Amino acid sequence: MNIPFMAMRKVVAMFSIAMVLVSLGSIAVKGLKFGLDFTGGSLIEVQYTQAPALDDVRTLLAEGDYHDVTVQNFGSPVDVVVRMGNAYTPTLGDEVLSTLRDNDNVKVELMRSEYVGGQVGEELREQGGLGMLLALAIVMVYVAVRFQFKFSVASVVALAHDVIITLGIFSLFELEFDLTVLAAILAVIGYSLNDTIVVCDRIRENFRIMRDTTPYDLINESINQTLDRTIITSMTTLFVLVVLFFFGGESIHNFSLALLIGILIGTYSSIFVAANLLLAQNVTREDLVPAPKEEFEDEMP
Amino acid sequence: MLNKYPLWKYLLILLVIALGVVYALPNLYPDDPALQLSTQKTTTVVDQRTLTTAETALKDAGITLKEAELTSAGGTLRFNNGEDQLAAKPVIAAALGENYVVALNLVPTTPEWLSSIGAGPAKLGLDLRGGVHFLLEVDTPAALKQRLDVAASEMKNSLRTERIRYRSVEVTNGVMSIRFLREEDQQAALELLQDEFSEYVYNTSNQGSDYFVEIGFTEAARAEVEAYALQQNLTTLRNRVNELGVAEPLVQRQGSNRIVVELPGVQDTAAAKRIIGATANLEFRLEAGLDANASDIDTLTFRDGSGRTARLERDVIITGDSVADANSSFDENGRPQVNISLDGKGGSQMARVTRTAVGRNMAVVFIEHKSRSRFVEDENGELTEVRRSYSEKNIISLATIQTTLGNSFRITGLDSPRESSELALLLRAGALAAPIYFVEERTIGPSLGAENIRLGVLSAQIGLLVVMAFMLVYYKVFGIFANISLALNIVLLMACMSLLSATLTLPGIAGIVLTMGMAVDANVLIFSRIREELKAGLPSQQAIHSGFNRAFTTILDANITTLLVAVILFAVGTGPVKGFAVTLSLGILTSMFTAIVVTRAQINLVYGGRKNKRLFI
Repeated sequence: MNIPFMAMRKVVAMFSIAMVLVSLGSIAVKGLKFGLDFTGGSLIEVQYTQAPALDDVRTLLAEGDYHDVTVQNFGSPVDVVVRMGNAYTPTLGDEVLSTLRDNDNVKVELMRSEYVGGQVGEELREQGGLGMLLALAIVMVYVAVRFQFKFSVASVVALAHDVIITLGIFSLFELEFDLTVLAAILAVIGYSLNDTIVVCDRIRENFRIMRDTTPYDLINESINQTLDRTIITSMTTLFVLVVLFFFGGESIHNFSLALLIGILIGTYSSIFVAANLLLAQNVTREDLVPAPKEEFEDEMP
Repeated sequence: MLNKYPLWKYLLILLVIALGVVYALPNLYPDDPALQLSTQKTTTVVDQRTLTTAETALKDAGITLKEAELTSAGGTLRFNNGEDQLAAKPVIAAALGENYVVALNLVPTTPEWLSSIGAGPAKLGLDLRGGVHFLLEVDTPAALKQRLDVAASEMKNSLRTERIRYRSVEVTNGVMSIRFLREEDQQAALELLQDEFSEYVYNTSNQGSDYFVEIGFTEAARAEVEAYALQQNLTTLRNRVNELGVAEPLVQRQGSNRIVVELPGVQDTAAAKRIIGATANLEFRLEAGLDANASDIDTLTFRDGSGRTARLERDVIITGDSVADANSSFDENGRPQVNISLDGKGGSQMARVTRTAVGRNMAVVFIEHKSRSRFVEDENGELTEVRRSYSEKNIISLATIQTTLGNSFRITGLDSPRESSELALLLRAGALAAPIYFVEERTIGPSLGAENIRLGVLSAQIGLLVVMAFMLVYYKVFGIFANISLALNIVLLMACMSLLSATLTLPGIAGIVLTMGMAVDANVLIFSRIREELKAGLPSQQAIHSGFNRAFTTILDANITTLLVAVILFAVGTGPVKGFAVTLSLGILTSMFTAIVVTRAQINLVYGGRKNKRLFI
């Protein structure tokens, strides 16, 4: 089996660039829908024994002294999440709960209540962004040391590509971006890099073995050799992620989704983007294998 | 010979696996719902009699008790299920009375032989166990301002004593500025203050006809005040948290001005918040004379639990709000003492009263505003919870006034350094602490915790089955090897979590599930290499050998980079996300061992050292 991956490189590059541009555009225009962790605010999750009508819940809360209230189902019709813009007091959760109980007419149980101060959220956002950049920088240094600078540029650009597109999808579909999603994106950086390194490793090895092949054919051959592994590992990982997505519960829903998207794109990018970038940088045998010392031939005129 | 491990290698692998199994084992024993009995006072203890009282009360109420035992922290009553536990709480609380704290808890059921070698279940995070997480912020600018205010009154005093005339003193934005009308005054004041108060930095400026001396903290002094404010709040919070009787509370500083409080397993979150937000205060009062009118007298007990009492005047000289600082040290004879500084107003008040009271005793009274719930029987014969606020007043020190007291004075005649530091701590706890406020709060109900565990375990099980089935179909016999390694990987991972007492969270479980998907990666890399080598015509033994060797560097590179990212994640993340980083990085380490070493051992055992057989791969 030999798929001419490199022959598709122009088309694929266009596709990737388009995806990245759309993602960046969406992030710039729509922004990310940050969750409570990053924006600050109050949230209360309750469970009813019988599915309530959300409008009734809203009316009930409107009578109380709450403002900027949003009421949503959370995973199932009996689970309800209430977010509000009220200033936090330590008793807020209990007050809302007793309002919802409506003089003990309704059976409601508090599942969780969360409050995050605006300042804390802002710091976390900054820290998260820095963490992501730091991860990319460390990866770049490591790959540059273990491989070569061209490889490190290729893998970091491929990683940035994965992260940007995953963020783009979250922005485009207005999925909530909370701390677990940030964790997922960092995990995607690790995972996608894993794939890229396996491909790069093979390319390096082949540069040493196949002396007479052009970089173009050699890269193509390397991708084909590792394709088997790339697909199987991605598949086992995607399997478990699908399981997590469907069975892991609402609170890690977006987390599994971010990993699913990220790993799909990561697999794609380690096959197409990283190798493509290597070729674009004119990677040669000499980049990896130290050039043999030139013999001085003094008999030449 | 190719693909043969020496015997010691097999034994070593077996040993590692055996240890892994032993240390992972406690996780299979479910926790018992329990009631934790403890006391606040030194006068009451939890002993066998307490347990007997509790047992009798439970028997009368018809609740089955699983086991009652005495522990170092008090007593533990185990129940068969959560309903019994919840029903028992009011019964026990009513039977034991108000001197005991009864808290709901989950206690491990690790068998003795396991706990004796240090094995125990992994700690569960709040999202799995339920509980409260608070992040509190200490208002350090306010603490700095308080300190400057106190300094301002002391400096004014000094200036007055030296007859240096100033117009006004103002404290704004962490800087105090003193205004003078004449340059000579400015210079004289500068010299005097620099000499007397060396922990500040001084600047002078002139504006029109006014001359200013500006005073701010040195970098070191500022850091010290901030650290002190944080430390003081930490101490106060720890004392309060201990009152809750929670099994494993966490009170920890985070960054320069924040404090994390975590109370796992706390089910009555409202009570927890009430106690953490509680306040304490101090009063300085004179001891009543023998001829004092009975209506002007309070008889209060000492806080040390000795049962001693003293008769005090009702009139309060000053309250804790006036105490700026208190610390313990030694006097010139090496005996312990406590130094107290008051703010300006408190100082002059103190001076006014003590001037006429030299030779009399002065008491320091510690007041805690608390609320406590009691269980009383209502008209239907059911136990209901009644909450009552009260304040507890105790004497923490009674000492003779030797001379007129001013802004700063000391209490001597203390028995031990321990006593003096405890007194200083109480004085500070009651003093106006730097204000503190909640910046983050997460409450997770117990049912959500249980639900999260169920979902996490379910997805881990399904995930494991799916991956195993896939590996079996794709790699046949070698798939079995990989699956055995995968199962051992999870055992080792759990063992590591337990040994490091790392906290398991829902994202942490997701990390384990994700690790399962990725752990087979190393085996996939090796197996596809072996397949390639076979295709290239290598005999099977050589194929196995070079498959492992050539895949090794790739596996190493790929895993190290993932590990680096996991470490960053650990540094950036908080709470649940940290749990994810932990399982992810531990999973990478254990999977390298199982996928490379354990799989190799199995293959060597089955195929190694024999004639080249056909490989089912």
